[in-house]
Amino acid sequence: MVAIQILIDGFVISALYGLGAIGFTLIFGVTGVLNLAHGGIMVIAALVGWYAANQFGLDPYAAAAVGVLAGMIAAFITYFVVIRPIQQSRTIPSDETEIFILTGTLLWGVMIQEGLAYLFSDNPVTMKPLLPGVVYILGDRTPINEIMIGILCWVVIGLLWLVVYRTKIGKPLLAASENPRALGLLGFEMSRIYLFSWAIYGILAGVAGVLLASFLGVSSASAGSLTASAFSIVVLGGLGSVWGSLIAAYVVGYLETITAYLISPQLRPIPALIVLVLVVYLRPQGILGRR
Amino acid sequence: MKLTSHMRKLALGATALSSLALLGTALPAAAAIKGPIKIGVIGEASSVAGAAIINASKLAAENINAHGGINGHKVEVITYDDHSSASDAVSAFKRLATQDKVDAIVGSYMSEVVLALEPWAARLHMPYISPGAASTKIPLQVHEHYNQYKYTFQGWLNSAFLAQSVCDFTKDVFVDKYHMKTTVIMSEDAAWTAPLDATYKKCLPKVGVKVLDEIRFNPDTSDFTPIFNKIEGLHPDFITTGISHVGVRPTVQWHDQQVPLAMTGISSQASTSTFWKDTNGAAEGVLTQTGATPTVAITPKTIPFAKAYAKAYGDSPSYVGYAAYDDVHVIADAIKRANSTNPDKIVSAMEKTDYVGTVGRIQYYGKDSIYAHGLKYGKGLVTGLFIQWQDGKQVAVWPDKLADGKIKFPSFVKLPTATH
Repeated sequence: MVAIQILIDGFVISALYGLGAIGFTLIFGVTGVLNLAHGGIMVIAALVGWYAANQFGLDPYAAAAVGVLAGMIAAFITYFVVIRPIQQSRTIPSDETEIFILTGTLLWGVMIQEGLAYLFSDNPVTMKPLLPGVVYILGDRTPINEIMIGILCWVVIGLLWLVVYRTKIGKPLLAASENPRALGLLGFEMSRIYLFSWAIYGILAGVAGVLLASFLGVSSASAGSLTASAFSIVVLGGLGSVWGSLIAAYVVGYLETITAYLISPQLRPIPALIVLVLVVYLRPQGILGRR
Repeated sequence: MKLTSHMRKLALGATALSSLALLGTALPAAAAIKGPIKIGVIGEASSVAGAAIINASKLAAENINAHGGINGHKVEVITYDDHSSASDAVSAFKRLATQDKVDAIVGSYMSEVVLALEPWAARLHMPYISPGAASTKIPLQVHEHYNQYKYTFQGWLNSAFLAQSVCDFTKDVFVDKYHMKTTVIMSEDAAWTAPLDATYKKCLPKVGVKVLDEIRFNPDTSDFTPIFNKIEGLHPDFITTGISHVGVRPTVQWHDQQVPLAMTGISSQASTSTFWKDTNGAAEGVLTQTGATPTVAITPKTIPFAKAYAKAYGDSPSYVGYAAYDDVHVIADAIKRANSTNPDKIVSAMEKTDYVGTVGRIQYYGKDSIYAHGLKYGKGLVTGLFIQWQDGKQVAVWPDKLADGKIKFPSFVKLPTATH
C-alpha cells in the first residue's frame, strides 16, 4: 500500500509547501520584496503557538490562533523595522534598494533564528494535533491530523483566492502586482495596499508555520531551510506567480515523497534540487513565470 | 675597601644563598597550586544537552567551593558556547588554554566536536574530558598514540557499552518477559552511532534477537513516515533506536501515526525532563538508556544533585548534566591528589580515579585498553539504567534493583504475546 501512502503524504506535504511559498510569492508580486526572513516568521508563529499552549494550557485551536497572530505581528515588524526604512532611505540609491532589502531581510532572518534559539533552544517542538487519532484509508493508517492539515491548507488557499478575486479590498492587490505605478496614478493609497498585503502575508506564513509544527515539528534551526524551500519553490514556479508556486509545490512535494519512499529517505531533497537546476538552465522564468 | 669588598662578597653570597633557599621553597610551590583553580567549560547553550554541561559544571564548582575548594583553593568555571560547531569549539578550547589559562577543560557531548578537540588537547597539553561523546574512536586514539593523546578522557560510556547495555536490557525484558524475537535498528547517521550499530548487530543476535534491517537516516530528517513505513513492512517485534541529535520528531510521529511497535535503545533527548513538554506527551511509552534520573538513588549523590539542579534551572539534568557534574569533581579530585596543576600530574592522577559520582563509581580504562581513558562499564561501576516515560514522569524500569516502576506500553503498541 505504498502507493496510497505516497499519494496521501505527498498531497499534505505539498499543500504545506504551497501554503508556505504562496505568501512568499505574493509579497514579492505585490511589493517587490524578496523576504529572506520568511522561514523565521513561520518559526515565530510555531514557537509562540507552542509556548502559549504549554504556558497557558490553551487548546490546540486557541494556541494555533495565537501562533498565527504572532506570525502577523512578526510580518508587520519585518515591514516597519526592516523593509520600510530601507525603501524610504534617501542615502540608499534607488537602484540598490532591492539588494539592501535582500541583505536586510537575510540579516533579520538570522537575528530571528538566533533570538529564538536563545529563548526556546534549538530543540524541535511540535504542537498538539488539532484532531488526534488515526483513520484507515484503503487499509493505510493515516493520522486524522494529517488529513485535516491538507484540507486546512486548501481552505486557506481558497480563502486567499476569494479575497484577491472577489473583494473590493483584495482586487487592488492583483492590480498592484501587475502595475503598481498605474494603480498609484489612479489614486489608490499604495501604503494601505502594502499594509494589507503584509497582513495577508503574515497570516499565510503564520498558518503554514503552525500547521507544520503540528505535523512534522519545528525548531529555530528550521528557519533557514524553510526560507530556502519557499525560495526554490517560488523560483521553480515563476517569481510572483501564485499558481506557478502551487504547481511547483506539488512537483517538489511529490518528488521528495516518492524519493523518500521508493529510493531512500536520505536522498529526499536531491531530485527536486536537480529539477530546480534544470529549470534555471532551460526555463529561467519558471513554470508560469511572466518573463 | 677590603672590608667593604669582603662585606659585599658576603652580602652577595648571603643573597645568593637566601635566594637559593627561597628557590628551594619556591620551586615546589610553583608546581603546586597557585591562586584559584580554573576549569574551562564548552557547551552549546541553546541545546538542552549543551546547556546541561554549562549548568552542571557551575553547580559542581559551587559544591566544591562550599566544601572548602581544592586544598583551600577556590574553583572558577569559565564557559564558552560552541554552537555545536567543531571550529567554534576549537577556538574556545585554544582561548581557554592560552588566554584564560585554565587548568583543565570539560566540554561538548558531540563525538564529531570532541574528535576535533582531541588533537588540541594533545598539542596544548590540556587535560580534557567530554561528558557525553560516545564514539569509540576517542579512546582508541588515546590508546594508539598514548604519549600525545593521553590528555583526553571520555566521561560517559562509549557507544559499544551503550549498545551492550541495550542488549542486556533487551534480553532481560523484551526477550524473557515479552518473547520478542526480531528488531529493526533505526539510527541517526553520526559518528557515535557507527560503533553503536556495529555492537547492536553483534550483541542482539547473542541475546536471541534477529536484526531484520539497519536503517540509518540523516539527522536533518523532518518526515519519518517513510522510515516507519519501511520498518513496519519488515514486521519486526520492536524498534531499536540510536538517536540523540534528533528525538522530538521521530517520537511525535511514532505516536501520531500510532506505529504499533515498541521503541527501545538510546534516545538521548528522552533523558531530559523537558522531553515530555516538547513532544506534548507523545513520549508516553518511550524507553531509553540513560545515566541517572532525578528519583533513583544510584549513589547517595544522585538525588541531591538532581534537586539542586532543578532548584537552580527549573528542569532535570540530561544524561550529560550528570556526567559533567561528575567530571568537574573528578578533575578537582585529581588536582587535590596531585596537589599540582601540572597537566601531566593531573592526567596521571585522573588515571587513578576511583570516585563515587552521581552515575556510579567512576574509573577509567588504562592505556593498554582500546578504550583507554574511557569510563569503565560494569556492575559496581557505571551501568546506566533504562527509563520509560509514563504519564509525564521518567520511571526507572531496569535494572531491577534500581527500578521504581513497571513497563507499560501505550495502547497502540502491539506486543507479540500477551504475558501480562
